[in-house]
Amino acid sequence: MPETLLKINGLKKSFTLQGGMFAKKRSLKAVHEVSFSIDEGTTYSLVGESGCGKSTTGRLISRLLTPSHGEIWIDGEEVSQKKESQLKSIRKKVQMIFQDPYASLNPRMKVREIIAEPLVIHTKLSKLERNRLVNEILEVVGLTEHHADRYAHEFSGGQRQRIGIARALIMKPKLIIADEPVSALDVSIQSQILNLLKDLQTEFNLTYLFISHDLSVVEHISDSIGVMYLGTIVESGPKDVIFSNPQHPYTKALLSSVPVPDPRLRRERIVLQGDLPSPVNPPSGCRFHTRCPACMDICRTVEPEMKKVLADDHFAACHLVN
Amino acid sequence: MEIIKEVNAYTPVIPKKKYSPVKEFFKNWKKQKTAFWASIFILLLIIIAIIGPYIAPYDPYEPDYNSTLQGPSKEHWAGTDEYGRDIFSRLLVGSRISLGVSFLAVFLGAAGGILLGLISGYFGGWLDRIIMRGSDVMFAFPDLLLAIAIVAILGPGLTNVVIAVSIFSIPSFARLVRGSTLEGKETVFVEAAKSMGASHRRIMFKHIFPETLGSLIVFITMRIGTAILAASSLSFLGLGASPETPDWGAMLSIGRDYLGTASHVVMMPGLAIFLTVLAFNLVGDGLRDVLDPKTKNE
Amino acid sequence: MEKLLQVNQLETQFTKDKEKLKILRGVSFHINKGEVLGLVGESGCGKSLTSLSIMKLFKGTSGEIAGGRIVFKGEDLTHRSEREMRKIRGKQMAMIFQEPMTSLNPVMKIGEQLLEPIRLHLDLNEKQAKEHVIYILKKVGIPRAEEIIYEFPHQLSGGMRQRIMIAMAMSCNPQLLIADEPTTALDVTIQAQILELMKQLQKEEGMSVLLITHDLGVVAEMCDRVAVMYAGRVVEEANVFDLFESPKHPYTKGLIGSVPKIGQRKDKLTSIKGNVPDPSNMPKGCKFAPRCNDAKAICFEEEPNATDLGNGRMCSCWMFEEGRENVYA
Repeated sequence: MPETLLKINGLKKSFTLQGGMFAKKRSLKAVHEVSFSIDEGTTYSLVGESGCGKSTTGRLISRLLTPSHGEIWIDGEEVSQKKESQLKSIRKKVQMIFQDPYASLNPRMKVREIIAEPLVIHTKLSKLERNRLVNEILEVVGLTEHHADRYAHEFSGGQRQRIGIARALIMKPKLIIADEPVSALDVSIQSQILNLLKDLQTEFNLTYLFISHDLSVVEHISDSIGVMYLGTIVESGPKDVIFSNPQHPYTKALLSSVPVPDPRLRRERIVLQGDLPSPVNPPSGCRFHTRCPACMDICRTVEPEMKKVLADDHFAACHLVN
Repeated sequence: MEIIKEVNAYTPVIPKKKYSPVKEFFKNWKKQKTAFWASIFILLLIIIAIIGPYIAPYDPYEPDYNSTLQGPSKEHWAGTDEYGRDIFSRLLVGSRISLGVSFLAVFLGAAGGILLGLISGYFGGWLDRIIMRGSDVMFAFPDLLLAIAIVAILGPGLTNVVIAVSIFSIPSFARLVRGSTLEGKETVFVEAAKSMGASHRRIMFKHIFPETLGSLIVFITMRIGTAILAASSLSFLGLGASPETPDWGAMLSIGRDYLGTASHVVMMPGLAIFLTVLAFNLVGDGLRDVLDPKTKNE
Repeated sequence: MEKLLQVNQLETQFTKDKEKLKILRGVSFHINKGEVLGLVGESGCGKSLTSLSIMKLFKGTSGEIAGGRIVFKGEDLTHRSEREMRKIRGKQMAMIFQEPMTSLNPVMKIGEQLLEPIRLHLDLNEKQAKEHVIYILKKVGIPRAEEIIYEFPHQLSGGMRQRIMIAMAMSCNPQLLIADEPTTALDVTIQAQILELMKQLQKEEGMSVLLITHDLGVVAEMCDRVAVMYAGRVVEEANVFDLFESPKHPYTKGLIGSVPKIGQRKDKLTSIKGNVPDPSNMPKGCKFAPRCNDAKAICFEEEPNATDLGNGRMCSCWMFEEGRENVYA
C-alpha cells in the first residue's frame, strides 16, 4: 500500500469582494467543499472550467493562500493555518509549476539565478556547489549548462517551461503542484513537456497535483481525477473509471464536449445549455442544477453529498447516484 | 541515468546572440539624439565639478577691485562681479556645489522614498495608509514652500538645503515606487518566489525593486533638475549658501542689484542653471523612452 | 466543385527597422463553395496572418502583400484598394476573432454594433434593420434578444460575446466566414455550444468557412478539408479523413501524434523535437528539416515544392518530389 502524501479535508476558501463605498460586501466562495488525497508517486488531477476553483485549490495547498476552513495534511503534517515562519519544511517539499512560462520567470534574472533561487533561500551551499546542482538539473530537464547564463526571455515557451520545471525540481521536492503547465504551449511542445513530466515522476518518485482544463491532457498524465464545478468536487476516482464510467451529468457533458482528433468519431454530443453561474451567487441545492440535463425537483433544494459508486474510490455528488 | 539520454534526444536550441541588458541599453541610447548629446553635456559637467577648482583660471574668492563688474572679455570669459572676481572661475568651482547639493539631496530623498514606497506597496494595510496619508499632507504644500519652511526651522546653510530638498523629494519617490510595487506584487514570478518560501525582504529587493528601476532612473534624472532649481532658489533667497560661496543660486542673488548695469553677472549663472536643468530633463525624457517603454507613445 | 477562394503563392511581409521580414512565404490553398477548410498550425506559423492578408486588414502595421494572388469568386483581390475592400468585408466575407471582448466596442450597445454592418451593406430601413438584428440574434441562440440589444458587451459572458460576434459576422449573409481560433478563449462546454452553432449555421446557409485553429480536435470535428501550415507555408493539404488516417508530411504526423487522445492509452506521446524556427532566422532548405527525423541531405539544402498526390492531396516534402529515388532512397 503506497503512503498518502497529501490529504485535503473539507477545504473552503471565500474572498470578500469590495463593492463601491455603499455596496454591500459580498463574498465569493471560490472553493466551497474540496476533499481528496494523493498517494505518493501518483498523479491526481483537478479538472474543470474557468472559475471552478481548481487554481485556488492549488494555491491553498501550496499555502500561497490561507484556507477559511478545512485541513491540509502534507507528509503527515497539518499546515492549513500555519504561519509563513512555520512553513519552511513545506516550502521545500512542495514546489509549483505555473501556467505562463513567460510571466513566472523573473525577466531580470539569469537562468542560473532563477533555478538556484530555492537553494539560496533554503540552504547554505556555496556558489560553486549551487552551480554544480544547477548544471545537473538542467541536464535532467533537457537543457545544457550553456543555457544557464542567458536570460529567460531569450528562450521559447517550451524551453522556459523546462526552466520552470528545473526550478521546481532543484530542492528534490515530494509534491509538485502544476497549474496548467502545458496549456500555454504549442501542441508539439506540449507533448515534450508532458513526456518530461512523466519521466521525471518515475525517476524521482514525484507526486503531482495536476491542474488543468484539458481533459485529454489530464487523461494522459493522471492516475486519479477530481472533476470540479463551481468550487466543489462533483466526481472523483481513478482515471479509468472516470473516463469509462462517468456518473455525474457534468462529467459526462464535459467528456462529451471535448473535440476528439479523429474525424471518424464525430458524434452526438451532450451540449450543456447556458453559462457557468457566478460563484458570487451560486445556485441553491446542487450547484449544477441550472445546466443539468437530468435535473429533478430535489436537485433545486438539496445539495447532494459525495456518494460511493460501485468501484472503490469512485465518488460522485449527484442525487441520481444509487 | 536512462532518462537523461531519452530527454536529450532532442537538441536544445541556444539563441545565437547573447543578450546583454547593458549593450541593449547603449544601442537604444544612441538612437536618442538630443538626449544623447544632453548626456554628454552632463558628463562634461560632472567632470568639471570634479576638476573645476584645478582648472579655474582665477581664484574664485580673491577680490580684484581694479576690475569690478567687467563684461565678458578675453581675460574674463564670463566677466567679473562686483568684487572683480572672475565669474567663469566661480561657475566652474560652483558647479561642484550646485551638482553636489542636488545629487546628494535627490539620492537621500530617493533612498527614503524607495524604502517607504516598497513597504507601503508590499505590505499594504495600515502601514500603507499611514505612509500615503503622510505623503498626501506633504504634497499639499508647494515644493519650494515646504523647503523654505524646513530651512526656516533648521536654519540657513547648505547642509540644511540638502536636508530640505531631500525631504520634499521623499513623497514623490514613495508614490512612484509604491505604484510599481503594487504592480510587481501581482506578477507570477513573485508568486513563484513566495511559493518557494522567499522572505519578504528577498521578494521586495530581489524581485520587485528591479522592476521599478527603469522608471526610478528616469525620475531621479528629472528630479535632479528640479533639485538644482530648488537649491539655487533657496540660495537666491539667502537661505542656502552664504553670499561669498560661488554657488550658482547665490551668484544670481548678488547679481540682482546690477541687473540694469551689468546684466552678465546674472546672465552667466542663470544660463548655467538653465542649461543644466534642461540637460537633465532632456536626458530624463530620453531615458523614459529607452527604459520605460510603457509610458512611451508609439 | 466550384472554388470560392483561391490563394496562390501568397507572400506577406513586415518591415521593421528598415528590414523586411517575410512571414508568409508562398501560401497556397483553396476553399470550395459550401465547405469548411481548416487551417492548422502552431503559433507563429502564419495562419492568422493568412486570414488578415485575405481580408487585407493591415491597418496600423507595416504588413503588406509582397507577392502571389488572392482570387475570390473569380475576381483578383490582391491589388484592391482599401475602399473596394470595405465593400467586400462584412458583406461577402466576414471574420470572427479569438477574443470577442477586444473586437467588440465596449462603450456601444450590442444592438448598435450589430446595426452597423447591416446599415452599411443591406438596403433596409430602420425598422427592418432592427428586426433583422433580432432575427440574427435569435438565430445564434441568444435568449432575450429583444433586451440584449440594449446591453453592453461587458454585461455578457464569453460564450455570449462570441455568439454576438458570430451574429455580427453572419448578419449580411457572407459567402465566406473566416473564423480565427473562435473557441480558443472559451471553456470546453461553451466551446461545444459554439462549435455546434457554427456547424448548424454553416449547413443552413451553405457558406464556406475558413477555420483557423491549433486544435486538431476542433479540426476533426468541424472540417471537410485541412491545410497544415508550418513556418509560413502550407505543407500539406488533404481531406480531413485522409489527413487523420494517413498523414503524409512528417510535421503533420508529428502533430497528430503529439495530441493526447481520450480513450487511447499511450505511455508516451510522440513529440516533435526542437522548437518552431524564428522567422528572422530561418534554416536553409526545408524549414522543418532540423526537427524532422527523416531529413536527408537535400532537405537542408533546398525547399521542396508542393507535390500533387492525387485525390486533392498536396504535400511539400522531398519524400514525394519527383526524382526522389535519387535523393531519398
